[in-house]
Amino acid sequence: MAVKVIIPTPLRPYAGRQDSAEVKAATVGEALTGLTTQFADLRKHLFTDDGKLRSFVNVYVNDEDIRYLAKENTPTKDGDTISIVPSIAGGCS
Amino acid sequence: MATTTQPQTGARPGAGLSKEEILRYSRHLIMPEVGMEGQLKLKNAKVLLIGTGGLGAPLGLYLAAAGVGKLGLVDFDVVDFTNLQRQVTFGTSDVGKPKSQAARARLSNLNPDIQIESFEAQLTSANALELFKDFDIIVDGTDNFPTRYLVNDACILLGKPNVYGSIFRFEGQVTVFGMPDGPCYRCLYPEPPPPGLVPSCAEGGVLGVLPGIVGSIQAMETIKLILGNGENLIGRLLLFDALGMKFRELKLRKNPNCPMCGTHRTIHKLIDYYEFCGVRGEEAPVPDLKVPEITPRELKHRLDRGDDLFVLDVREPHEFQICNLKGHLIPLGELPRRVPELDSSREIVAHCRSGKRSADAVDFLRKAGFRKVLNLKGGILAWSDEVDPSVPKY
Repeated sequence: MAVKVIIPTPLRPYAGRQDSAEVKAATVGEALTGLTTQFADLRKHLFTDDGKLRSFVNVYVNDEDIRYLAKENTPTKDGDTISIVPSIAGGCS
Repeated sequence: MATTTQPQTGARPGAGLSKEEILRYSRHLIMPEVGMEGQLKLKNAKVLLIGTGGLGAPLGLYLAAAGVGKLGLVDFDVVDFTNLQRQVTFGTSDVGKPKSQAARARLSNLNPDIQIESFEAQLTSANALELFKDFDIIVDGTDNFPTRYLVNDACILLGKPNVYGSIFRFEGQVTVFGMPDGPCYRCLYPEPPPPGLVPSCAEGGVLGVLPGIVGSIQAMETIKLILGNGENLIGRLLLFDALGMKFRELKLRKNPNCPMCGTHRTIHKLIDYYEFCGVRGEEAPVPDLKVPEITPRELKHRLDRGDDLFVLDVREPHEFQICNLKGHLIPLGELPRRVPELDSSREIVAHCRSGKRSADAVDFLRKAGFRKVLNLKGGILAWSDEVDPSVPKY
């Protein structure tokens, strides 16, 4: 099943400067694994050393936060959009 | 610490509108969604802006113009020349002045009928609650994680709405935290990123119009909160991608286990937010790598003497276009695979803008077996200061 992963601006340098990527995945976890296989540099920005999703990176399937679904086991279907939304602080003083 | 500009046209807070005010706000007054009732709500509203920079500029201008009766401006910074690209409250003649004061002067000129209070201070756990208590709505336009968590927690403790906006390069996030039953910043992000992992605006850059758009959306949300009209961004995170010109909206849920606003609150007072965010949060200086260095003057001297030096520029190609020292360009990120372009028998001087990236390059090359490699201390910035002022700084 093909899902689209939207890559946020701060992480694009680690993803070949792409704003999104298509991956085949049945769950959110598989999609993120697929993405970090494609772009190895992304891994440390998304996951901790012991493989847990970092707490300042939120992941959404369509408009729903996976923390309120089945987290990384949240199933995905063809045409779903996964958004990675990291915390940004800029207000630019 | 606080400096206040009182209304100048005899308008009294709480009273009706003067003749001048009726004329000034006539485009509001003829709209049924605002009208006299709404304009009086604006006049009686007290809004505190945290930060008068990129987001604070449109916020201050629009809220002052709209007739928000009392505006507080918190900023400890001074206007810098590089601010003018986006902080449209300030003019060239404001460079060097405290931002809160320059903003107060600009806004009181825009609208002399409102009260403007400027606080030339850094927001801290010691002063936040005291500062916030006199205001109805807090608007977060800061630029660092410690202050964002501080603003959030202080708003939750006092039960005040927090109109949140943040930006990075050409992307923005906006929402309203701190409403009864609504989520807070900690529901969205329980913890900040470790220092150094997320670049700041100073490092990452920002498109000047972006804070204008995001700050304007914050101003709109603030005015809607005051009027009690329309649908606010409560429980909704608005994402704006200026490059793709796309707005998206994500659901933002209140976390029942949130340590700040959940059913079993574990945080009951303000904490040390610098410690919480890892020393100095986003601005954390990465400890300087100890690598062999050469000063700009020494380099100039040795080049003039005709020494065989290979100048390696490890910046990005778009930076090379701004200015360069006629070095060989290999961006730091490409260095590992382009090492074969370098001759380890020659003496190499690596440089970047400030000397930080080139220190990493020198460290990398030394570990790769290069013996004669030096870092240009202070980079192009120092070269411009000490050797050739015609080289622009950026």
